[in-house]
Amino acid sequence: MAGWMAWTWPTAGFFVFIFLSIATMGVLEWRHPGGAPRRGVLGLNTTRGDRLFLTLLGSAFILLAWIGLVGIPTLWAGVIVALGWGTFVFAKV
Amino acid sequence: MATKTDNNRAWLFVIPVVALVAFNALVPLMTVVNYSVQETFGDNLFFWHGLGWFEDILRSERAHAALGRQMLFTAIILVIEVPLGVAIALAMPRKGPWVSVCLVLMALPLLIPWNVVGAMWNILALPDIGLLGHTINAMGIDYNFTQQPIAAWFTMVLMDVWHWTSLVVLLAYAGLISIPDAYYQAAKIDGARGWAVFRHIQLPKMNRVLTIAILLRFMDSFMVYTEPFVLTGGGPGNSTTLLSIDLVKMAVGQFDLGRGGAMSLIYFLITLLVSWIFYTLMTRNESQ
Repeated sequence: MAGWMAWTWPTAGFFVFIFLSIATMGVLEWRHPGGAPRRGVLGLNTTRGDRLFLTLLGSAFILLAWIGLVGIPTLWAGVIVALGWGTFVFAKV
Repeated sequence: MATKTDNNRAWLFVIPVVALVAFNALVPLMTVVNYSVQETFGDNLFFWHGLGWFEDILRSERAHAALGRQMLFTAIILVIEVPLGVAIALAMPRKGPWVSVCLVLMALPLLIPWNVVGAMWNILALPDIGLLGHTINAMGIDYNFTQQPIAAWFTMVLMDVWHWTSLVVLLAYAGLISIPDAYYQAAKIDGARGWAVFRHIQLPKMNRVLTIAILLRFMDSFMVYTEPFVLTGGGPGNSTTLLSIDLVKMAVGQFDLGRGGAMSLIYFLITLLVSWIFYTLMTRNESQ
């Protein structure tokens, strides 16, 4: 299966990161329950899982916009914007 | 808000679904991600290409045009199908023997396989031998969907409206018949009629089913492939080459797996975003 799936280390790392993020949410909820929905600045009721989803989806669009509008060489700056977005989502949304 | 169950055995029942989803969705999706950062010339040999394909797609006029056509198509069919579906549902009888007749008639288009719908409309709209095409031309209107982009779009939209308005009708009808009579009686006492009843009783009560209808129609029309492909093959020229058709041309026709993978992921993210927006709107209505 590994052959035709054409794995690379960076993409494997990407999926490990996604799965670890989801697993972290699970462990967090198990150790510190309290992931009940709350109403944030956007007027949405979000749980921790929702906020993770929003962070990942938003980051994907931020990085795509960066690639399309600015370019790949400065993508590190796009990553910083995405991290900022993630922090904002977890803190305020 | 859902309350937690104490019985964790419920998870066991979820395992088969998780396994199924893993194999039919997760593994292919992971493979597409892997393809999107590599270049291949076949023979299962892949070469690292980084994020180049994404840059390529995001700056490609061809991809922009295909995405534009896809969005235009979705917008047009939503604007037509949703009001039309609601209007037909309102006109349908609520009681009596005609209810079953109407429901069966409405369900018929939904039962026809997509490629058959495309083939049917292709033949129906042919300007020389097709009933529709011949009739339009006989009326003095120059119509040839194999050569005129506007005629091709008209046929494609008409086909989709014919095939899928029924879904909106059935959902809206389900919403309508679930409104208790008491609401109508109260409206009558207050002297409300026609438009006021629709605006203040029927529409709010249909809110949820209509959100589902719009979501389903958005998803299906945004991913539509078979019907337009069989009808026009993306032509004349590129005028009806929707994103899905362009994607298949690129990934299967040109065996450009890297570019195709990058485009699929962008396509997937757009669908995911819009679905999330609809889902949020739906659950928001629920919590209100």
